Amino acid sequence: MRRVYAAGVGMTKIDRHYDKGFQELVHIAVKNLVDDVKMFSPEAIVVGNMMSSSLYQQDSLAALVADAAGLRGRGGFKVEAACGSGGHAVAAGYALIASGLYDQVLVVGVEKMSDYPTATTTSALAQAADFEHEAIYGVSFAALNALVMRLYMHRYEARREDLALWPVRMHEYGSQNPYAQLRNRITVEDVLKSAVIADPIRLMDSSPIGDGAAAVLLVSEDVARKVSDTPIQIVGVGMGSDGLDLTSREDLLNPMSVRIAAEKAYKMAGVEPMHIDVAEIHDAFTITALLSIEGLGFAKLGESWRFIKDGRFASGDKPSINLSGGLKARGHPVGATGVYQVAEIVMQLRGDFPGVKVGKAEYGLAMNTGGVATLTSVIILKR
Amino acid sequence: MSPARVWRERGARYRLEGSKCKKCNKVFYPPKPACPYCGSLDVEKVELPKRGKIVSYAIEHTVPEGYRHLAPIIVALVELENGVKVLAPITDAKPDEVYIGMEVEAVLRRIWEESSEGLIVYGIKFIPIKE
Repeated sequence: MRRVYAAGVGMTKIDRHYDKGFQELVHIAVKNLVDDVKMFSPEAIVVGNMMSSSLYQQDSLAALVADAAGLRGRGGFKVEAACGSGGHAVAAGYALIASGLYDQVLVVGVEKMSDYPTATTTSALAQAADFEHEAIYGVSFAALNALVMRLYMHRYEARREDLALWPVRMHEYGSQNPYAQLRNRITVEDVLKSAVIADPIRLMDSSPIGDGAAAVLLVSEDVARKVSDTPIQIVGVGMGSDGLDLTSREDLLNPMSVRIAAEKAYKMAGVEPMHIDVAEIHDAFTITALLSIEGLGFAKLGESWRFIKDGRFASGDKPSINLSGGLKARGHPVGATGVYQVAEIVMQLRGDFPGVKVGKAEYGLAMNTGGVATLTSVIILKR
Repeated sequence: MSPARVWRERGARYRLEGSKCKKCNKVFYPPKPACPYCGSLDVEKVELPKRGKIVSYAIEHTVPEGYRHLAPIIVALVELENGVKVLAPITDAKPDEVYIGMEVEAVLRRIWEESSEGLIVYGIKFIPIKE
């Protein structure tokens, strides 16, 4: 396999962009990407997106992106893995280059969630769960996560206020990230007093509804230096799955898909969790952050909440996690999130991330999941 | 939602049918054509016990379209007497009465109506056992 590099990145600020459709969001991200590279001539397009069919009545997404990016004629496809679509799109783009098929591939993640009332968006998001046996009962995605959170608190004797520390930290980092959707600071009390979505999950445990697009230009080692002075190598890619339904899973608090994706990526990169300097992980809800940290091997099962309480994984620690503000504060335009994460890690490793910086870093990791840790990708990058 | 789709799922949703793997003998719900544990493609349908205990639950206040009249929905993961887990709503109970470990029993209830003239979908809900 050939080596693959991320040669440039571009993002839009995540927001309720009522004045912009898919085309405009993609266009802004790609323009920022073009400004980030010396040469821009992708031969193919991969789009990460979840809900273009259910909320935007649009398929054939790669053609839409081609037109928005001035690339008519280039082939491509959409990758769907629910909220994990973006990370999986990067994995697909990686494969197109590693295989030798192309030298330059444009990976775009795009999602629009704010055009509809929350109940409509909630219904569309619930399609990440087992429709026949979960969503048919009116069970929302937040409720499934809330059920897991209650089990976590019960088994590991974590208190509700302990689990409020994560969103507080995310808002602190988000306040310094110009691309973040939520840029206000909050307190533990704010979290505990916020509206109940699905008890025990409250509004401020949840990522916001927002629109966004992010783009990453992947290139082969043959052209990397022609495209960028600072190409960042992708050294590990892993994917994993778990049951579509929650009921037939071995243990809801030991996410198999994360474990398997991480093992594959670490092995391919030749590193262990302790080597990772900076990570962007999936924290759609507070409980998702805890399970992601544990599944990635940064803490043992049931221990991540204590580590967070002790100040671990914060800026200055190794690994520093979610310096962007995470899904919680940077925002979570579902199918685009994984591409944002990879773009942020690239900027962290180059040293030009516009928010809280990790400092000198060699290895970065992006972990993105769809469903309740149903489809997970882990991507490891090296400076 | 099509009538055929609702009809195909009648075993799992009306009778609480799961699957049993003929190779490793594990039983699971919902029924699947392959064993999620050992990967065997040889499984058979089995009816599951109707009684169990709540493993965990959530009280859902922000509810998807079409279910608003049911809010708040109590969503529970129930471990049946044979160890198989089922996810379904709890009904005939108030949110503050529900607790982890609570004993419940499966009943057949109306779960969704397409519209005033459309399909009516039935399925499993759990009620507290009062003895």
